Amino acid sequence: MKRFKKGLALVLAAVMTTAALAGCGSKPASDGGNTPNVSGGAEGKVLNIYVWNEEFKSRVTDHYPGYVKVDETNGKIGDVAVKWHITPNENNAYQNNLDETLLKQASAAVDDKIDIFLVEADYALKYVDTEYTMPVKDLGITDTELANQYKYTKDIVTDSKGVLKGLSWQGCPGVLIYNRAIAKDVFGTDDPAEVQKKVSDWAAFENTAEEVKAKGYKMVSGFDDTYRVFSNNVSSPWVVDGKIVIDDAIMDWVEQTKNFTDKGYNSKSTLWDDVWNKGFYPEGKVFCYFGPAWFIDFSMATQEDGSIAKNGGWAATEGPQGFFWGGTWICAASGTDNPTLVADIMRQLTTNETIMKEIVEKDNDFVNNKPAMEAMAKTDYKSNPLGGQNPLPIFAAGADKVDLSNLSAYDQGCNEEFQAAMKDYFNGNATLEAALANFKKNIVVKYPGLKAE
Amino acid sequence: MKDSRNTGQGKSKVVKYNKWGYIFLAPFVIVYVTFQVVPLFSTIYNSFFENFRSGLIQIGPNWVGLENYKKIFSTPELMQYTKNTLIMWIIGFVPQIIVSLMLGQWFSDVRLKLRCSGFFKTVIYLPNLIMASAFSMLFFALFSDVGPVNGMLMSMGVIDEPFRFFASVGATRGLVGLMNFLMWFGNTTILLMAGIMGIDVSLFEAAEVDGANSWKRFTRITLPLLKPILIYVIITSMIGGIQMFDVPQILTNGKGTPADSATTLIMYLNRHLFSKNYGMGGALSVFLFIITAILSLVIYAIMYRKRDKN
Amino acid sequence: MSKSKKTKVSAGLSIRARKAVAYIVLVILSILCLFWFYVLFVNATRTHADIQSGFSAVPGGNFWNNWTNLVTGSQPILSGMINSILVSSLCALFSTYFSAMTAYAIHVYNFKGKKFMFTFILAIMMIPSQVTALGFIQFMDKLHLVNTFVPLIVPTIAAPVTFYYMKQYMESTLPLSIIEAARIDGSGEFRTFNKIVIPLMKPAIAVQAIFTFVSSWNNYFMPALILKQEKIKTLPILIAQLRSADWLKFDMGQVYMMIAFSIFPVIIVYICLSKYIVQGVALGSVKG
Repeated sequence: MKRFKKGLALVLAAVMTTAALAGCGSKPASDGGNTPNVSGGAEGKVLNIYVWNEEFKSRVTDHYPGYVKVDETNGKIGDVAVKWHITPNENNAYQNNLDETLLKQASAAVDDKIDIFLVEADYALKYVDTEYTMPVKDLGITDTELANQYKYTKDIVTDSKGVLKGLSWQGCPGVLIYNRAIAKDVFGTDDPAEVQKKVSDWAAFENTAEEVKAKGYKMVSGFDDTYRVFSNNVSSPWVVDGKIVIDDAIMDWVEQTKNFTDKGYNSKSTLWDDVWNKGFYPEGKVFCYFGPAWFIDFSMATQEDGSIAKNGGWAATEGPQGFFWGGTWICAASGTDNPTLVADIMRQLTTNETIMKEIVEKDNDFVNNKPAMEAMAKTDYKSNPLGGQNPLPIFAAGADKVDLSNLSAYDQGCNEEFQAAMKDYFNGNATLEAALANFKKNIVVKYPGLKAE
Repeated sequence: MKDSRNTGQGKSKVVKYNKWGYIFLAPFVIVYVTFQVVPLFSTIYNSFFENFRSGLIQIGPNWVGLENYKKIFSTPELMQYTKNTLIMWIIGFVPQIIVSLMLGQWFSDVRLKLRCSGFFKTVIYLPNLIMASAFSMLFFALFSDVGPVNGMLMSMGVIDEPFRFFASVGATRGLVGLMNFLMWFGNTTILLMAGIMGIDVSLFEAAEVDGANSWKRFTRITLPLLKPILIYVIITSMIGGIQMFDVPQILTNGKGTPADSATTLIMYLNRHLFSKNYGMGGALSVFLFIITAILSLVIYAIMYRKRDKN
Repeated sequence: MSKSKKTKVSAGLSIRARKAVAYIVLVILSILCLFWFYVLFVNATRTHADIQSGFSAVPGGNFWNNWTNLVTGSQPILSGMINSILVSSLCALFSTYFSAMTAYAIHVYNFKGKKFMFTFILAIMMIPSQVTALGFIQFMDKLHLVNTFVPLIVPTIAAPVTFYYMKQYMESTLPLSIIEAARIDGSGEFRTFNKIVIPLMKPAIAVQAIFTFVSSWNNYFMPALILKQEKIKTLPILIAQLRSADWLKFDMGQVYMMIAFSIFPVIIVYICLSKYIVQGVALGSVKG
């Protein structure tokens, strides 16, 4: 009941803001002025949205004006029924399911056609460069409306002909998020500027790890925590001319993690597993995690009693290297029967400044609106999980530096298989050579078109 | 000719009825041909083509002859996964057959007069009915690094820090074997028990008069007479072993970790099917088909011989 | 004299000793079989925080909470249950009825190719369906039967193992004279089969219905390849999804509850029917 009331309040608030905005020259869909180049008149009664987790759903539920929740996988916007099709990401399950459905899009019944699907940076290219994704321009969204968005968020979903195919509400520059209590215990201070000196580069990071360990803590939770920091600073994509390339930066991660594991600087956990998850509570004794803004809200158990985040026990700093992780783009599927609604959802979530600020305040996310974020960075915005710190200046600085030139369409599979294969090396179940051989073997099974040698 | 004239009326009646044989057989034949024979031939057909999905782009089918077979036999995967499957099967099967023989012997021994044998039979057969995927998920949760089993072992003082079951090759394979053992030993016990009860009691009595102890009676009488049913149990279990999928797939999340040491043949097939690689998947399927067909023929030979004796 | 007396004494002793050993082994094995389900039950009644804090032998009080979290969560668990029941029941029905029909054809009639058919069915009996899965899903895709229950239900009409069991059962319980008598009474062949043979086969049908139901209930490989839409997924697929990353946001209470939800109904049904099931296993095999 409480939750319902909260939701209702939010919807009301959102409706009011839209109403207010309508008067301010922004263009809500209802005014019909921007109707896309699809036959006007009646649009579909069912909006099918393909996603891999709850993140986008909760953004829409909480922030899209007029969205009414029916149950966990159904909702309503006006008289259009919204259907959430959730398939977990792991092992390419989401992509495979999406592929199958997209390939049948043309022959599917109107109410079964995909209207919106989401993609991540790791495989955005795979969909962007196909006919299955609708150009944003065709939805009636103009470049001027998107002027405030970070450039990298548009580059990533621009196809080889220069056509923009998707939009994101968030920016994903990553930071180092550390446990304040441990910082105080080990260094005597939890001030981000002081802590940054301790982790300013990888050499300092390793020295600090020893210090942290001496006090009975773990520097990081497990094997994969620093992975994205290295894998985003590569000099070549995973796949070049159909051949797998393992970058030196990735091998640096292997070397460092093996070293950390042998020296006991981590708890040998794997990303998302229950030991890894335990570090979000004081018993986990983990000094730091690496992640972007969504990571705090999504993973760090901000709502759970007893978690560090709920008590504001974390703080953010730049860390040894800048990186980004993830990011979710909203794509319209070609053949959608609800183009107006799709366009409006994209507009509201990725260009409506009021809604975007709400997302920052409620969900601690970092949104895709450069002027708004730079302005907010100077305010006294406080992040609760970060103990009242305003992390936006760090994020805003990081967002400017994000470089996505080394992405490939195969990144999800490569990252996942590589991390899985190296785990055997870290755990001592395989030599480095054997682990690399396992990776090469399995990646070819996963992507039959690639060559590993 | 003469015969048919003599029994003319009777036979034509039989013939009239006998056409019903075809009618009653039709559903089986139609369904079997549609859902088994056609897929089998199309699987074989597929194995001669290069045919996969690269992203959203379909590659092939292009005729490549025996290329897929060459590839599948020249890479180490097939050997490794066959070995994994065999090892995990043996870990489960050896204790299974020993325990089942022992229990079968006890349950069928009249003089032992075990009480509550109905209860015990019910309990040991129970795991056979449990959804393998749920059982596997349960074991994954129970044996995780911070799971109840580690918690218990630590509070009993057996270990100081959590034992990481799924980071150890032996423990992972051992758990798969343990689950297979638990799921199947009840079934095998009941089969063997029924077999033992079918043995003529006078044989045992005669042996006893001759002074044979229970171990001798077991090795000299029970085992040799159980041989056909034992072979049946072994071969069906082997075929079941080749099909091993649910348990290791879910326990290791399809990755066969650590170091691909728990990847079974069907998991390998599943990976190819998942990436829509129908050429390689086809070649692997044909390989599996040949092995299971040979094992099936062995079973058939055993059963057929038995039928003839009857 | 003394020797035979001695053997007798040692035999008497050894029986008592063997009995003790047998009980100990049986108790250990029973614990080994039941322990996991007990822990499952206990943890399904506890909160996430309780479970993380360690093992407990007594159930907690969070059963109802875990349950409501589970059914209101994003995993379509109730529809999964309904789908599972629907598919498994229809499989059991189709498989037993048509297997009885096939067995009847072989048992009662004499026709050309009968011996071949029988031999053929026996020979292919053990070939697993996985080896033809590839062609199967391709073919189902062409027929637009992917994401329907048809590919899971209809193939069970041709179930060699069930057929074999039925055939064995008919040999011992269905004398041809009954059918002759029915014919003389003017009963048509289908009528004879449905009204006379099927009722006589009830015990065999019951046993095989249970087995087919359970194996279909537990089936994971094929449904996972055929059913891709959330609303029509069966329980094993949902369980497997639990294993991948961020589903229930690590609420272990819910995870245990979901496993319990898919295991305990089967256990309850089994306890009610265990007598028939255990007998059925013995019957099916030995006669072969």
